[in-house]
Amino acid sequence: MNEKNNSLLVYTLIYFGFLYIPVLFLPIFSFNDANYMSFPLAGFTTDHYEEMWSKRNLHKALWASVKVGVVASVVSTAIALLAAKAFVRYKFRGQNVSYGAIMMPFLIPEIILAVSILIIWINLGFPLGLVPVTIGHILFCTPFAMLILIARIEGFDFSLEEASRDLGENAWGTFYRVSLPLYLPGIIAALLLSFIISFDEFILAFFLSGSDATLPMYMWNQMRFVKKLPHVLALGAVIIVFTTFIVLLAFWLRNVGQGKEKKDIAIKL
Amino acid sequence: MNENFIQINGISKHFGNVKAVDDVSFSIKEGEFFSLLGPSGCGKTTLLRLLAGFEYPTNGNLLIDGSDITALPPDKRPTNMVFQNYAIFPHINVEQNIKFGLRKLGLTDDEIKKRVDDVLALVKLEGYEERFSGQLSGGQRQRVALARALVRQPKVLLLDEPLGALDKKLRDEMQLELRTLQKEIGITFVFVTHDQQEAISMSDRVAVMSEGKIQQLSAPNELYKNPENIFVSDFIGETNFLKASTKSKDGDQINVAIEDLGDFKVKNNLNIPENSSDVVCSVRPESMMISRDKSDWDICLEAKINQTSYLGEMTRFYVEVSGINKVITVSSQHFDNQSFENNTCFISISLEDISLLQKK
Amino acid sequence: MFQAWRNLYSKSDNAKAYSLLSPALFLIILVMLIPMALMLSFSSFTQVSMMEIDFTPTFQRYIDFFEKSLLVSLLIKSVKISFIVTLITLLTAYPVCYYIAFYVKKNKMLWLVLLTLPFWTSYLLRVFSWKIILGTKGVFNSTLLGAGIISEPLTFLMYSEEAVIITLTHAWAAFALLPLYVSLEKIDFSYIEAARDLGLSKFEVFWKVTFPLSLPGVIGAILIIFIPTVGDYVTPALIGGTEGRMLSNMIQAYFGKINNIPLGAASATIMLTTVILITAIVSYTTKRLTQRLS
Repeated sequence: MNEKNNSLLVYTLIYFGFLYIPVLFLPIFSFNDANYMSFPLAGFTTDHYEEMWSKRNLHKALWASVKVGVVASVVSTAIALLAAKAFVRYKFRGQNVSYGAIMMPFLIPEIILAVSILIIWINLGFPLGLVPVTIGHILFCTPFAMLILIARIEGFDFSLEEASRDLGENAWGTFYRVSLPLYLPGIIAALLLSFIISFDEFILAFFLSGSDATLPMYMWNQMRFVKKLPHVLALGAVIIVFTTFIVLLAFWLRNVGQGKEKKDIAIKL
Repeated sequence: MNENFIQINGISKHFGNVKAVDDVSFSIKEGEFFSLLGPSGCGKTTLLRLLAGFEYPTNGNLLIDGSDITALPPDKRPTNMVFQNYAIFPHINVEQNIKFGLRKLGLTDDEIKKRVDDVLALVKLEGYEERFSGQLSGGQRQRVALARALVRQPKVLLLDEPLGALDKKLRDEMQLELRTLQKEIGITFVFVTHDQQEAISMSDRVAVMSEGKIQQLSAPNELYKNPENIFVSDFIGETNFLKASTKSKDGDQINVAIEDLGDFKVKNNLNIPENSSDVVCSVRPESMMISRDKSDWDICLEAKINQTSYLGEMTRFYVEVSGINKVITVSSQHFDNQSFENNTCFISISLEDISLLQKK
Repeated sequence: MFQAWRNLYSKSDNAKAYSLLSPALFLIILVMLIPMALMLSFSSFTQVSMMEIDFTPTFQRYIDFFEKSLLVSLLIKSVKISFIVTLITLLTAYPVCYYIAFYVKKNKMLWLVLLTLPFWTSYLLRVFSWKIILGTKGVFNSTLLGAGIISEPLTFLMYSEEAVIITLTHAWAAFALLPLYVSLEKIDFSYIEAARDLGLSKFEVFWKVTFPLSLPGVIGAILIIFIPTVGDYVTPALIGGTEGRMLSNMIQAYFGKINNIPLGAASATIMLTTVILITAIVSYTTKRLTQRLS
């Protein structure tokens, strides 16, 4: 379709405005020298950002989120990598059922996952804290990581792995010398994005973290106090910038090398 | 030369209910260019993958140079493979691709360098060491795949339709080159293809496969001249089938009634029993002729030609013989290039080179 | 010996696939299915006192649920709000995806990143930003006051069903965009050209070709928004007040300050059942619809 459609373009731009502008208020007001978030802006200040340095609880929550995020992303990416390979490589009985089962945590209301883990965890007599949060995050991140990896592995030429076996490498050598380097951009993208999901996740942390607040929990607790709002805004702005950076990096990685493959195909044709 | 260099003993491979390879036994000679030929799904690729170790047989065992390799994983076998799509590692360059399989052979750096240089010269790829797969043409990739396999000096080189992705002209060139290369290095080649011309022009011997079984294993010219069954006769080249029934034997020959054309004496290579009605005659296009006038060949029939389609070396005629419609294929040399359509003419058949075959 | 080893090696695709899948399936069973089964059994118990639970199986919690008009009305409200949110999101997002799939030629990648980026940013912060906008002393009110359009802040903006709907529509939009875009992008343009060639008007082409072919994406978007929003907790808790309260807030309360775990478990089970029922209905009707359209 070579024709243009200006009314649709205008609509699309308005829609993107609706998507993005509300979130932009966070950084705008984080520099506002007032406790209320209202126009006109009262004046420019970086006080709210400086305030973050002195909050010990914030540092603790940040560290908690990083720990949970790293463990959850590494474990869920590893589990997802194996599963993604199974779905791309093989046709097997029960394929759709297995796929549906693994994707379920992505669809079921999170509160139900949180509540059911909460019940089993307390009844096993374990204390609430970062451990159950991490377990919940592994469950929640795995379908995302699997989707990303399937998209990356799909179209992967499995005869490359056979060629490596044929040329004298055993299964580990093949994984290390052929599969890993070729999957790597996808694996890193999956790691980064599952880290971000875990880092931003609220409901599971809300039910399972007990007194060990993660960063979203910390923000939640601060949001109730009007006086502390500006500093939540500053924190939120930092998180949004950080998340955007990581996600863009992951997108870039996901597409790295795929351009080369396209050239490949072009030459073949 | 070892006559039984590769021994395939009672090999079967079942995928669920599908018998991809069904109780196959034969041997391949040392230094031979051996082809597995057949339509897609006939089991030829599965058989090759069983030899490479990517599949393990349901039954039977495999020996190469006297040692049992049936249970060995691919990396422990004295075979190397050229893949259908070449499977050149995209993340490393040509030189690293070729060196890939040398790591575990315990060679010194000098030996590695010599081997790589030699093999690059062999496949005429000097100067391409730094290139990546994406920067190579189809033909060059095929050479890299070949070099990467040969550099390991395998006892057997397995080739899975390696010319399938190339265009016709390049394919003809590579056929000749592969054949020359194989004679030069003397390694046993097992070559899988669905292209009969390719198999016939390159191989010392060909095994024609269908439905998981070997239909015939012989030298290429034998496949055409003396097919052993209807499948081979139909699959290799063009042919015309005539219904027949055998009568009494007469030494090497046998009397047969062909269609309702009368009784004839023909050769009986396959030793078909007397008084059998499940028999057909396979008549190659060059044993048939179409002409305006009556000929003195063994059989000469009056026919009406409804349509002709010229196929190059051969021409296909849609004819009516005593009220029955038939399709016959005749060598283009054997008719004078005039229009026969809607005319009465004569179909002549020479019985000298026909094959008498048994229906299953 | 050899034979046994060989059999191990010649494992079928089924066996290979399931050995790769086993960690994922293990995770699902251990961390999702077993806990959910336990939740189900807890919904048949009775909370006797703060610390004590009577484990005699009973249906009483479900009867309690349907006898409490508050819970039933919250369930209905949750479903109603989700339904409206899904509908609005679909209607507003579809043209955007349509535009990007069919009209954008240059820098498509940039548009795609713009489409997917909000998906990954903090849900909590996306919801929170609406508190800034809709609050009594928020962006909206202060702007209108400053412009002299109103003389007193509009209090109904915040803590209402409408506020919850607007916020959810914004927060979940990202989830609708992707499946819609993917299904539209997949459509082979020659179908549309063929339809035009056969004399259909632009409008007819859309209803008879483009829309039916994009249905998988529409279903995907419906499920991906509807199911999680029924159980959403953050938005009603931050934006909804008492007016915009949804079932999740009560479930949380049963597990928190009210401390009636069996009733909470029963409520969660009822929510899950509702979600499954609606998913089944949506899948079934759309399947019928696709059959009729094609």
